[in-house]
Amino acid sequence: MAYINVEDLVLDFSKYDDDGKPMEPNRALDGVSFSVEKGSFVAVVGMNGSGKSTLAKCLNGLLLPTSGSVEINGMKTSDESHIWDIRSNIGMVFQNPDNQLVSSIVEDDVAFGPENLGVDPEEIRKRVDEALKRVDMYDCKDKAAHMLSGGQKQRIAIAGAVAMRPSCIVFDEPTAMLDPAGRAKVMGIIKDLNKEGITVVLITHFMEEAMEADRIIVMQNGRIIGDRTPAELFADTEFVHEAGLELPTVIELRDMLGMDKKIMSVEELAENI
Amino acid sequence: MIRDITLGQYYPGQSAVHRLDARTKIVATLVYIAALFVVNNFWGFLIAAAVLFTVIGISRVPLKFIFRGLTAVFLIIAFTFIINLFMVDGRVLWEWKFLSITYEGVRRACFMAVRLVLLIIGSSMMTLTTKPIELTDGLEKLLKPLSKIGVPSHEIALMMTIALRFIPTLMEETDKIIKAQQARGADFESGNLLQRAKALIPILIPLFISSFRIAQDLALAMEARCYHGGEGRTRMNQIRFHRGDAIAAVLVFAFLGVIIASRWI
Repeated sequence: MAYINVEDLVLDFSKYDDDGKPMEPNRALDGVSFSVEKGSFVAVVGMNGSGKSTLAKCLNGLLLPTSGSVEINGMKTSDESHIWDIRSNIGMVFQNPDNQLVSSIVEDDVAFGPENLGVDPEEIRKRVDEALKRVDMYDCKDKAAHMLSGGQKQRIAIAGAVAMRPSCIVFDEPTAMLDPAGRAKVMGIIKDLNKEGITVVLITHFMEEAMEADRIIVMQNGRIIGDRTPAELFADTEFVHEAGLELPTVIELRDMLGMDKKIMSVEELAENI
Repeated sequence: MIRDITLGQYYPGQSAVHRLDARTKIVATLVYIAALFVVNNFWGFLIAAAVLFTVIGISRVPLKFIFRGLTAVFLIIAFTFIINLFMVDGRVLWEWKFLSITYEGVRRACFMAVRLVLLIIGSSMMTLTTKPIELTDGLEKLLKPLSKIGVPSHEIALMMTIALRFIPTLMEETDKIIKAQQARGADFESGNLLQRAKALIPILIPLFISSFRIAQDLALAMEARCYHGGEGRTRMNQIRFHRGDAIAAVLVFAFLGVIIASRWI
């Protein structure tokens, strides 16, 4: 069975009018089903308000399904006895690097997750050092978090997730607030983590990032409207525009030049020109 | 402006003072503050100041750094000084209409000012030489016995950690809002006190809203990282008493003894 199994997931946000009476709820996710194999790299794309972030929060039980189910490694998120097991297996990195660091000092922040899991102090030390080296931030371990750049803070957040030794990390638009250099570095780390066997779910606005995935899930109005490989998705220009997305620059250039649809990277393109 | 307050800012170092257990420093600071209120003559203050400056010397925190923190509370000190100067009855030195300065007033004013200055420097020495996280860890450990009678020691410590962590973030946020409002023509610099206070409303309301948003983001991030209260939680940094702490403890209580004795000089 697949590692992540989402079946017919529906999520309503309740709304209340000014008198506190319940109104017609907001349906954020509407019958979402998909599964993710262990070790794969899945990107989730879609316009603002398409339900991407809500979906991410369902994967580790931050939000519980109104109906349907989310299963991680056979454990249902709705089963309260598994919730900490699920959260320690599914790490999460959010969009805003400032609002997800708990402690002022870099290494103390990375230690926060393992501390919550009740890991032995020496073991925490080891994991923190490893995780910081993993994201190339070991030299900053004594620094104050607020002195770092956005990209560096985001790498600390990734280290915080890695230190919990998860088998999967969900990235919720991790590069949206970073400069190009920070974005490239963070993407590099995400790809490396995936190569080391960590399952990656990447929610993103950048098609260049989505292209790196094995599979792209396209969302619109709380539904999955497409689940294809990058090559398949970007070959279908019409569908991409319908979904409110843009083609990556490489693909656009490729199509303008009328070149082979198999070309997926700058290097390949350059070679063919 | 707001950035200059040293209270709650750590000055990294490796001195003997830095290396003391946070618990020792918290208790020592409390004793020091208590001692300042025991003092009843200038000899006592002289001893207290000498001790304080010795500690500063050992810690190798630059004086400039410490005094910069003092400038931020200068207004409070000046205010206390003036109130005391005019409000105490006694031998009149100078008189003008309803205002009068007395010998006792001058004495009391100087006394209060010195006490406040020592108090602020003394407590900022604790925060300057202790990492915030150690400080909150120390506090958690010190309060631990009280958790039996229902004091939430872990929660208090975590609240402090987060508060310290978000001081710079909220300051940046404030700066951003001020600039945004200025760009829309808001005026924070002219008008009388009341008008200026009113001008702060367009800063405070967005600041409140954004701090709620930050709090929500943070709560999600903490939950995602398996935070579920203090139960079953371990700590990476284990704090322990060393020989230095024992020496410091002896010195602190010797100091308290000397200060109490100084009342009878």
